[in-house]
Amino acid sequence: MKIGLFIPCFMNELYPEASMATLKVLENLGLDVEYPLEQTCCGQAQANTGCAKETAVLAERFLKIFKDYDYIVAPSGSCVSMVRHNYAQFLEGRDGFERMRSHTFELIEFLHDVIKPTSMNASFAHKVGIHNSCHAHRELGMASMSEKNVPEFSKIKNLLDKVEGISYSELTRKDECCGFGGTFSVSEEAMSVAMGRARLQDHLDAGSEYITGVDMSCLMHMQGVIDREKMPLKTIYIAQILAGDAQ
Amino acid sequence: MSHNHSELADKFASNVERMKWHDKALWFVRVKRDNQAKSLDEWEELRNTADKIKSHTLAHLDEYLEQFEKNALARGIRVHWAKDAKEHNEIVLDLLRSHNAKMIVKSKSMLTEECHLNPYLEEHGIEVVDTDLGERIVQLRNEPPSHIVLPAIHLKKEDVGTTFEKFLNTQKGNSDPTYLTRAARAHLREKFVSADAAMTGVNFAIAETGGIVVCTNEGNADLGASLPKLHIACMGIEKIIPRLKDLSIFTRLLARSATGQPVTTYTSHYHGAVEGGEMHVVIVDNGRTKILADKRYVKSLQCIRCGACLNTCPIYRRSGGYSYGYVIPGPIGSTLAPSRDLKKYYSLPFACSLCFSCSNVCPVKVDLADQLYLKRQDVVDAGYLSPVKHNALKMATWLMCRPKLMDFAGFMARKMVPLLPRALVYSKFNLWGKNRELPPFPKNSFKELYKAKKGIK
Repeated sequence: MKIGLFIPCFMNELYPEASMATLKVLENLGLDVEYPLEQTCCGQAQANTGCAKETAVLAERFLKIFKDYDYIVAPSGSCVSMVRHNYAQFLEGRDGFERMRSHTFELIEFLHDVIKPTSMNASFAHKVGIHNSCHAHRELGMASMSEKNVPEFSKIKNLLDKVEGISYSELTRKDECCGFGGTFSVSEEAMSVAMGRARLQDHLDAGSEYITGVDMSCLMHMQGVIDREKMPLKTIYIAQILAGDAQ
Repeated sequence: MSHNHSELADKFASNVERMKWHDKALWFVRVKRDNQAKSLDEWEELRNTADKIKSHTLAHLDEYLEQFEKNALARGIRVHWAKDAKEHNEIVLDLLRSHNAKMIVKSKSMLTEECHLNPYLEEHGIEVVDTDLGERIVQLRNEPPSHIVLPAIHLKKEDVGTTFEKFLNTQKGNSDPTYLTRAARAHLREKFVSADAAMTGVNFAIAETGGIVVCTNEGNADLGASLPKLHIACMGIEKIIPRLKDLSIFTRLLARSATGQPVTTYTSHYHGAVEGGEMHVVIVDNGRTKILADKRYVKSLQCIRCGACLNTCPIYRRSGGYSYGYVIPGPIGSTLAPSRDLKKYYSLPFACSLCFSCSNVCPVKVDLADQLYLKRQDVVDAGYLSPVKHNALKMATWLMCRPKLMDFAGFMARKMVPLLPRALVYSKFNLWGKNRELPPFPKNSFKELYKAKKGIK
């Protein structure tokens, strides 16, 4: 089984440690992982701004680079959602697209649904608040959403439960948007920041020491507010906990 | 002139305490709704069924509208067809004039708001009294509703107190809700008994029976329509449901989604005029057939105006109804408004972080977030996206097709940005940095670390 590792463009440049942790988690499980060097970006910013022509170019590129891997795994719910839900408009009917689409997974989803590890060999003795990032949560179905009347579950929590010493904070609004939203974070700056502050206040009230989640972009936004307002909170990408990188 | 959501949102949010209060008030309704939704094991099944009934009805809308007309006529209800707001308003005015009506009582109708009926009738010398308490409050203040179910949700009880002081002569400084509600009751009773005609909206029009159903909590539709000899009910073409037995699916969903009640206090069926009176139904298109013809947006016509998508929307809760500049705010308004006038309302599809809460809270499964995503493409196609943004994304795309160049650009940014003075990095052009720190710029990219690890040159 050959896994194509898809690292979101901003993570490649800004979060090499979180990206390396992703690779480490996969390799620690004995998986054969390759990072195709010519990859750049899935085109989500273009797509969410309505630039269909530009998105089509990048979707095309993505298909060419990744279609021959057995699985494509990415440390991002929203980029995976892009491939799974938004590429069809541009790639429907194209050779290899359906297979690629159904074999592209967010990291935690991939571990939970495909690899099913029994242990993670990691410990993290902290009170952690889980950030349910919207696209992973509502588009990929990583956890039961508060809007629906369905049995409660969380793939994220199921994986984190394998980490020694971890405990969780209970949020008042367990799956409200943090306000990142890609270009929304600057085009609706006031809303974005207000939403970020509200999420962080919920974590402060709940006693979270760390906020973790499957989308580094949300964490980047929240960390930006934390740093500006000097809040006693930290964000950490989930693979860094699972890889045993952080203690 | 185009409407700019983010500017108005910024303004609303600058009063932080009020913004937080507005958010909390609406989140409270959302939680009440969740509790109700979770009290029914069949909730998701109800949503699926409602979705199927609505999409079936929209696919056969012509047949059901004709069936409704036939059955309504058989009951002695007169049916009028209006292609747009202008025709709608003229029909209503003609009816009122032919009955020599000078003052009318009106229960809540988003359609008449959409058609700007009140100012039209007032211009023609007719006094219009909105009888829903929230509607009456905003009417006295000469404001439009800021929410489709809770029209005065942007106001605090103190605001209502000062409004009533001015218009209803209540005690100065008294903002006790019970006191104010009693004052409004007394005021409205007078209007009810002296009205020449009543207008209501329509929540559901039943094709099979030719009657209409209006849901209220205050009984104001009933009080209005029972006394005068003329009842005019106005509806959009999409309000049709096929059979009486379909109604319960929607009444079970509507109140739970809207206010977290199991059912509205009044679910009133009007299947004919009061004795010796007349009942008229005005059926309005006003741009709906255009939406009906577009498969990307047709589901927006399934909306039953419960307001759940407003209550759940993290932006609506923090930007207020007026930031949308359209009669229907929130996620549903953000698709309906640009369907009507893309040029004017092109900023609304972007007033959304694509969190998808709206799509999942919607009792009739309108694919709201997907529609707002697609509307953005319409905005770009029409050339309304700002050239600065569009060019930046075009350039980014060009770069993203050239990995080596992109790596170099990333390398340069990581080296240069940390060397720049803070004042330059956090200039007024850096919107991210207005209220947030930038992430740290690391020495190496992941790709560099990966290549080193794998011994790739």
